[in-house]
Parts: sequence; structure tokens; C-alpha cells
Amino acid sequence: METKTGEPLIHLGVLEEALNLARANSLWPLTFGLACCAIEMMAAGAARFDLDRFGAGVFRPSPRQCDLMIVAGTISKKMAPAVVRLYEQMPAPKWVMAMGNCAISGGPFYYPTQYAIVPGADLIIPVDVYVPGCPPRPETLIEGILILEEKITKRGRLRKFRDAKG
Amino acid sequence: MELVAQLLGSEGARMVVGLIAVIALVSVNALFLIWMERKVAAHMQLRPGPMEVGPHGAFQTVADAIKLMGKELITPAEVDKPIFWLAPIVIFLPVLLSFLVIPFSSTWIIRDMDVGILLILAFSTLSVLSILMAGWSSNNKYAVFGAIRSVAQNIAYEIPLLVTVMSIILMVGSFKLTDIVAAQSGLWFVVVQPLAFILFIICATAETNRAPFDIPEAESELVAGFHTEYTGMRFALFFLAEYTNMFIAAAVATLLFLGGWHGPFLPGVVWFLIKVYAVIFLLMWFRWTFPRTRFDQLITFAWKILIPLAFVNLLITALVLKLR
Repeated sequence: METKTGEPLIHLGVLEEALNLARANSLWPLTFGLACCAIEMMAAGAARFDLDRFGAGVFRPSPRQCDLMIVAGTISKKMAPAVVRLYEQMPAPKWVMAMGNCAISGGPFYYPTQYAIVPGADLIIPVDVYVPGCPPRPETLIEGILILEEKITKRGRLRKFRDAKG
Repeated sequence: MELVAQLLGSEGARMVVGLIAVIALVSVNALFLIWMERKVAAHMQLRPGPMEVGPHGAFQTVADAIKLMGKELITPAEVDKPIFWLAPIVIFLPVLLSFLVIPFSSTWIIRDMDVGILLILAFSTLSVLSILMAGWSSNNKYAVFGAIRSVAQNIAYEIPLLVTVMSIILMVGSFKLTDIVAAQSGLWFVVVQPLAFILFIICATAETNRAPFDIPEAESELVAGFHTEYTGMRFALFFLAEYTNMFIAAAVATLLFLGGWHGPFLPGVVWFLIKVYAVIFLLMWFRWTFPRTRFDQLITFAWKILIPLAFVNLLITALVLKLR
């Protein structure tokens, strides 16, 4: 028998929207950093910026209890299997954010003859949001999370501001 | 009409109504406490905490709960399946049963048993069993380490807790919680037994596995401790049990030391809840102020300081009662 994945068989309109709204407002990230971007990620969780305002401040140490993987830093070839494994250990509705130029495309460490790094997290795991910068400022990370919320709920807090700006 | 009144007055109806009330209280209490914990933590670190979901993030935990319901339930390949499934339920049952004997006021109590305080202490010990089940069945080294530490810690802290409670029981001469509270209508026992109160609060912090004694789930060394492999609602049940345990520990502290429902002007239930949440705030204050203790320091502290102090306190209490 053929099984389709992706599209659910039954759509439960309002219920699904409520579920998506709840998911968007409690994105628990994995406590996991690969390089200097992780320092900016910690700053985003701390006093001045406070990711917890958006419900995304519960950094869970175990991948089994996370919704969001923030790939913060350079993925070396040795680290790549561990990153894939952590992604696979997360339970189903899960999202990935590539934070910083290294996680997006290899950043300053990528050149034609290099042998050490994976140029881009999207070569090994599916990425939902790219947050550019070297490293990105905490505000950029917060915007990334708001854009991810927009992606999950199909409507967003950011849209209001963007429409006002024109 | 008479039949309805008779039905409502019967023992069975009391149980059903009590059970529904307890389940409602446990859920609302956990939702509120998790929000409170995040707010307290945030304000102690000069952050605003959850702000976006509802006024001042009041519905943040509702969003978290709905999200956790929608998560995938992973059962890893090598786990001991029946025990893995049972552990979250086993941790939740004794927590519910403890509410059977807690008097919220002189009349708001489901069953006023003669062995009230003993029943609560016995059931609170059962939670160790489920932590051990969760850690062992997960087939994960971090989970096993977390479970082993939790058992060692709970056994070590059970003894001073019981001895401390004994000194109160010596003074009252009854295990019945309503009798213990009634004996405090004039003077709260926290004034008569300050050392016992301090010992009790320290032991209660360790019993509920909270910082500075949260080594069973120390994330810097043990990932997430005994619930490392649990996802979605199973993990949520552990969380629910932890926060309900906190409520029970604070309620017992209130009943034994802070005069239960006694207080001027306001009704008894309100006084009881005010005192309970004040004690819970104290526990949260500990968590976000003190660094985590090392495991050997924790065990040394229990066996070499707390247990001798508890016995000294018990002896002095007995002597004073005998000489009076």
C-alpha cells in the first residue's frame, strides 16, 4: 500500500491553527553551540535581549524535548555526524535555524582546497531559516525566531511592522 | 431534593468531588507555577520573562502544554518498554494521593485520617521508585546516573525530614494534620521550633530535587537527568509531578510550622494558599540564587550536619516536654 507523507489526511482547521499558534509561541531551542555564534545566542537569552519574552527561552539540554535546533557556528567534518544525530533525535514537529555565515555557507573558512568544514548546514539537515551575520547580533537572532513563527503560523508579528513601513 | 442532598453527603460523592477538585487544582497549579518560576527567574536576572502570550505572558504555559501535546512520542529502540511507559504514570499517582489528607481549611479536606502526615511522607518516598524506573528503563547512561543520584539523595534527606517532623509530632501528640494545625491557633510552631523549620525547608528542597540540590538533573553534566529520553506529554507528566510535589512540600511546611489556615480577617482557605505560595516563592528564590552543590558535598551535608542536628533538635524537644 502506498503511504503519503507530508500532507495530513484530514484537516482540522481551527484546531490545527491553535496548535500551530502554540508551537510558534513555545519554540524550545536545543542547548547546543558550535562556535562563536553560540556566544551571541547566549547573549540573546540573557538580560538585555531576552528570548524568553517570545517563549523561546527554555533551552532544553536534551534533544528529545526540543523544537528548534539553532546551528550556531562552523560545522567541521568531524562534528557533522553529531549534528545530524542530534537532529534525528528531536521529536517530530522540529525546525532548524542556520545561524551565522559559517552555518549558511561555510563563511570565512570556505575556500576551494579546504578539507575541514561542511560549507552549509543545509547540506546535511533541512534548514528553515537562515540568519546571516558573522556573528549575527542578538537582534538578528530574535528576528530569525519571529520569521520562523511567521513560517509556522502563516501570519506574524513582524508583518504588522513591515506593512507599516511600506 | 432530599435524595440529592443525601447523595452529596455520602462518602462516595465526597471522593468523586474531591478527585475532580484535586485534578483541577493540580493542573491549574502547575500551569501557574511554571509561569511564576519563569517570571521569578527572569526578574532575578533583570529580564522581563515571558511577555508576548497573554498579558505579561500569563498564557505562556498554556501554549507550552498544547505544544507538548502535539509532539511526537518517541520510544527509543532499546528501552525497557513497559517500565518506560509506566514511569510517568507512577510518578503522578502518589502525588495525587497526597492531596487526600491535606486540609485546606478546617472543613476543606477530603479524608481526615489519623495517619495523615505519615501517609504524605510515605507517598512522597514512592516518587523515588518512579525516578529509578525512568532512569533504568531509558537505557541511557545519563538517565541511569541521574536516577542513581536521585535515589542516594532522597534516602539521605528522608531521614532528617522524618526526624524533624517527629519533633513536631512529639509536641502535638497526633499524626492527624487537623490536630497539628489546631495546636497552632495561638503560636505558630515556626516560633517554637525555628531550627526544625530551617531543617525541614532544606530537606524539602532536596526532596523535590530543586536547586541547589538538583543534581539528579544537572544539565551541565547529565544532559537532562532521568527524563533525558522522554518526549512530549510523558516529559510533561514529569514536569507536572515536580511542580505538584513542590506544592505538597510547601503545604506540609505550612501545616506543620506556619499555622495552616489560621490568620485574621480572610477565610481559612485563602490564608492557607497565601502561605503555601509564599513558601513556594522561597523555594524559587533558592533556585535562582544558590549555585548547585557537588554530589559529595550534598551527601556529606545530609549525613554529617543535617541528621545530627535533627536528632539534637528531637532530643531537646523531648527533654523540654518531659521537664515541663
